[in-house]
Amino acid sequence: MSKAKLHAPLIKLRQRFRSFLDRNRKKAFAYPYIIWMALFVIIPILLVMVYAFTKAGIGFTLENFSGINVYAPVFGRSLWLAFLATIICLLIGYPTALAISRTSARTQRIVLMMLMLPMWINFLLRTYAWMSLLENTGLINRFFGAIGVFELVNSIGESLSASWTPIDHFQMINTGGAVVLGMVYNYLPFMILPIHSVIIKIDPFVIEAAQDLGASGKTVFRKVIFPLSLSGVISGVTMVFVPSVSTFVISKLLGGGTDMLLGDLIEMQFLGAAYNPHLGSAISLIMMIIVVVCMSIMNKFGEGEETAVVM
Amino acid sequence: MTKELIRLIDCRKEFDGEVVLDSINLGIKDKEFLTLLGPSGCGKTTTLRIIGGFLKPDSGEVIFDGVRINDVPPHKRKVNTVFQKYALFTHLNVFENIAFGLRVQRPKLSEKEIARRVHEALELVALKGYEKRSVSQLSGGQQQRIAIARAIVNRPQVLLLDEPLGALDLKLRKDMQRELKQIQQQVGITFIYVTHDQEEALTMSDTVVVMNKGEIQQIGTPLDIYNEPKNAFVADFIGESNIIDGVMVEDKIVRMYGHNFLCLDKGFAKNEAVDVVVRPEDIDIVPVEQGQITGVVTDVTFKGMQYDIIVDFQGFKWLIQTTDHSPVGSTIGVKIDPDGFHIMKKSEYSGLYGDYSSYSEEYDELSADPEAGGQEDE
Repeated sequence: MSKAKLHAPLIKLRQRFRSFLDRNRKKAFAYPYIIWMALFVIIPILLVMVYAFTKAGIGFTLENFSGINVYAPVFGRSLWLAFLATIICLLIGYPTALAISRTSARTQRIVLMMLMLPMWINFLLRTYAWMSLLENTGLINRFFGAIGVFELVNSIGESLSASWTPIDHFQMINTGGAVVLGMVYNYLPFMILPIHSVIIKIDPFVIEAAQDLGASGKTVFRKVIFPLSLSGVISGVTMVFVPSVSTFVISKLLGGGTDMLLGDLIEMQFLGAAYNPHLGSAISLIMMIIVVVCMSIMNKFGEGEETAVVM
Repeated sequence: MTKELIRLIDCRKEFDGEVVLDSINLGIKDKEFLTLLGPSGCGKTTTLRIIGGFLKPDSGEVIFDGVRINDVPPHKRKVNTVFQKYALFTHLNVFENIAFGLRVQRPKLSEKEIARRVHEALELVALKGYEKRSVSQLSGGQQQRIAIARAIVNRPQVLLLDEPLGALDLKLRKDMQRELKQIQQQVGITFIYVTHDQEEALTMSDTVVVMNKGEIQQIGTPLDIYNEPKNAFVADFIGESNIIDGVMVEDKIVRMYGHNFLCLDKGFAKNEAVDVVVRPEDIDIVPVEQGQITGVVTDVTFKGMQYDIIVDFQGFKWLIQTTDHSPVGSTIGVKIDPDGFHIMKKSEYSGLYGDYSSYSEEYDELSADPEAGGQEDE
């Protein structure tokens, strides 16, 4: 008897929970995600904001932002390299996505699978692999040496100028180019996949209609296929640009840490010798704002389309 | 209406070894409304796509205005298409959708000329004032009109229409049939229309081409096709027909059920086996003693204008449409006037059609036609 009495409120609570779930059946499926978002996205952003506007022992301050112009070159370099990587990904990715979409369903599955396959290997490992390829004594330089590329270059160089210093390798690692290469290599699938998924959804009859109305292959692409795939382009650009602008592993391993990027700078403030989470948060916040501004400008291009933008 | 504009000569098309078109020979006159009619898979859409340039025949020739155009791509043909699902450009508004064909023309047209012609086309399809609308905001019927306006703004010599009314509901479809016919007469160009709806074909066409299994069964005016079907397939596909085995005793006398009937057909061999077509509306119900033959009523359906009654004549069930009610189980006599008969030579379709034993099932199928279900309304 008493046991049943004890349980009564619990049972009631359970019933209430049940009926709540029944009433909100579909919404209920979203709760885990909402909780996840709150825990790992919203709270961290709030924390970053709190850190950015405070300093130990002082409380609220704008000091963290006042000296930040020192890092303007880092911002500039990060945005420039991310921009380059995004443009290159787009130039390679769009034709690739278009070409894939024109093959048979079977081929499409296989090619997309192959695009995803490298992602099964750890990001760090893949980047290390590029290091050993690009090094001064790496595979590529050794290959060039073996087929006599440097001898050729040197002989041409000497014939052009008397003060030519002979080379025995190309400087590839620790350059901005290597960093962009790393970004392109790692993020290219994120450009191809959204574009491909939008292109294959274009109604083939719409393309036929354009041909029927007198548009040649080039015009069909310019006036129909490309505009209809814009939402995929915007998704792809976002998915490449955002991680590129904030990466620190790629710049550290392939850039040699000489030309610092935003990611490196922020990492240093949290994990490195320059330990200053308040400054790190301030830089992160500014980077976030820059990214959001860039993306909203991007979205303006796709206005009126059904935008599949990931933000 | 006299000049021949398009001719298909022995056109044949296979998909994965399956013959979808088998030596099609067809002449299409200038300014005529021609309908390709047949069940799904009969090759009508394939024929249309060959004329549009989206498919090449495996063999045979496509002649347009005296020139062979087998290898001319769609964008260089003086032919425009209205697609089944409209295929409008969702990223463009109504004006730009219609202007598309004008904007890709070389030499370039002036902006003023483009605007003038777009407005003209919109007026033709009664959608003036819709220029700035997004096409996705329009109803199915309106989208269809935009598709028509977009196709005729280029002033093609031929307009191809691939079941353009298939997605509209019945009421709207009837209105659009009339409108399409008007548009065709107004712009004075050739329409080639594909449909599986025999009523649509009879209503609008100057010429109907009945197709089945990749072959043309019959070409003729709607009246010819209805009154003088060439074989059991055509007789069954166009309207309702009772098709009975008979023997042509001599000119103007056909024998069936052991009884000689007077008819108007002649030119058959003596005692040649034939298919006899009797349309349900050409049968008079008379008292048993006056009947040429007698049968038992097995089913009666009230259809508003008339009763559809099924009558068993010695195991073969006929459909009779009559305004007189006869109860199920009663024995009735029927009388058929000589002009109520149409005699056809035996064909590969003999015996396949024209018996109404399974009429109710066929009826269910018809009313369950998925394409007849109205989706959008204006």
